[in-house]
Amino acid sequence: MQMQFEVQGMDFNRAGEAAAKIKKALQMVGMEVHTVRRAVIVAYEAELNIVIHARRGTLTAHVYPDRVEIEALDEGPGIPDITLAMQEGYSTAPPHIREMGFGAGMGLPNINRCSDKLQIDSAVNKGTHVKSIIFNQASGE
Amino acid sequence: MVNKVQKYFHSVTLDGEKCKGCTNCIKHCPTEAIRVREGQARIIEERCIDCGECIRICPNRAKLAITDPLATLANFKYTIALPAPSLYAQFGPGVMPHHILGALLDLGFDTYFEVAVGAEAVSMHLREYLGRQCPRPAISSACPAVIRLMQVKFPGLLEHIVPMETPMEVAARMARERAARDHGLKDEEIGIFFITPCPAKVTAVKQPFGERSYVDGAISMSAIYGEILGRLESPTTRLLSSISPARGVGWGKTGGENHAIKEHSLLAVDGIHNVINVLEEIERGGLRDIDYVEAQACTGGCIGGPLVPQNPFVSRVRMESLLKKLAGREQQLPEIPTDPGYYRLKSPIAPRPTLKLSNDIQKAISMLEEVERITAELPGLDCGSCGSPSCRALAEDIVRGYAETSFCVFKLREKLQLLAREIVDLAHMRPPAMGRETVNGTEEGQK
Repeated sequence: MQMQFEVQGMDFNRAGEAAAKIKKALQMVGMEVHTVRRAVIVAYEAELNIVIHARRGTLTAHVYPDRVEIEALDEGPGIPDITLAMQEGYSTAPPHIREMGFGAGMGLPNINRCSDKLQIDSAVNKGTHVKSIIFNQASGE
Repeated sequence: MVNKVQKYFHSVTLDGEKCKGCTNCIKHCPTEAIRVREGQARIIEERCIDCGECIRICPNRAKLAITDPLATLANFKYTIALPAPSLYAQFGPGVMPHHILGALLDLGFDTYFEVAVGAEAVSMHLREYLGRQCPRPAISSACPAVIRLMQVKFPGLLEHIVPMETPMEVAARMARERAARDHGLKDEEIGIFFITPCPAKVTAVKQPFGERSYVDGAISMSAIYGEILGRLESPTTRLLSSISPARGVGWGKTGGENHAIKEHSLLAVDGIHNVINVLEEIERGGLRDIDYVEAQACTGGCIGGPLVPQNPFVSRVRMESLLKKLAGREQQLPEIPTDPGYYRLKSPIAPRPTLKLSNDIQKAISMLEEVERITAELPGLDCGSCGSPSCRALAEDIVRGYAETSFCVFKLREKLQLLAREIVDLAHMRPPAMGRETVNGTEEGQK
């Protein structure tokens, strides 16, 4: 089972829609509460990263009985230094985005915290590919 | 109204005589808990959170809340009225809490205990609780419709709910203990009645979140309003001294809890759909800078409840001016229990996973695929004529086996068109024996 959403850069009004739909789907499937919660955070942060940084992208959720895979693929500036971007509080978001309360440098760290496996590939001036795997389990982050 | 043995008690029910089967309620239900079948609204019990949105919206007044009639007082030797703070805001500008409390006694209650006192006590313990380690933001446990909403739609956030009894329960317990102590009454001789602004509180009494409710019944504020009004001026009504602590009374409207807590970073949200938006934000990992969220299902807070007689914008003004008057008074609270255990919710609030398509996850995934497929084929107008709140909900209902594609009037029309075309096509076909052309029907005479 797969769900795919188009995400537009700078479209803050619709940010969160894809995450909400993914959440409902996972609840209907009967995923563990803990799995749903982590998947929502990963999906939302990944969606928001596209909105803040990229021109456009897609967010895809693959649903399997034992896991959820969330994939974000975007066309955008890419991440020059992934290790740096994984640090809490490190942000490349411009000031006007931060004034809106976004871009606190917690996006990738939050995704990392909620994922069981995480793979990030990025090419500067081309785009970024984030793939997160969340195993369906009752508790224990 | 005659379902006797139920898994869930619900205050909100349907008057079958009045329901016309219109689709107003299904579109406003925040948990998509209503369907129209055979010309009647049906409430899906597992999903209903008793918020009362359907009571508000129903043009035929077919949705109602089951509450206890005043006659129930006769079942108890000693009765205690438990007025919700919102009751004080339902009357004219000159009416003070002590007038209302006097009228309640004249009505037949032996005594009263103000829920505002319970709210005052809960506020004090909340302040202390928020100083400790707990999942942020903590979410208020006061509104039962919000709690039920979270059980159904936000099970991942249940750990954020402050594990504390509501002001109603705390007040009821204090009142019960006092009555037992002062009058030597047995537990079953005491009848405690909450004067309620909403059906969710009725459900919270009949089917409590904890092990037991200290409240025995709930009387609708609208139902008792006339009785109180008539007694405000009655010569038999004694004027009593009331405690009515301003901060506790303030719980009756939005922002009141936060005002009573004072310290910490606080957020107040009211109206069930706004509450859903804020809960979604928390679920996405947001609002960690907020310590406490006061969330109320009704716009304006309890003064906006479905069972209040007064317009909520009027009662907000009444409430605000009353609070000003009360704040200036010296307050003498009764002795408030200091043991945190007194306030603690006895058992954790459990999720109510009603959205699940199947217990077998593999099967649920293929059912969800089917839902997506059917949704894509439906017109997407969300007209509600099928009896489900949206096209997507119909797709879910079809997959669950509660509905058929032909419930959709547009799909039905499509099918009819196909059928009509087929009928025309069939009508043009001729059996072989009819193959020869005839002129004026006189085939024999041609030769």
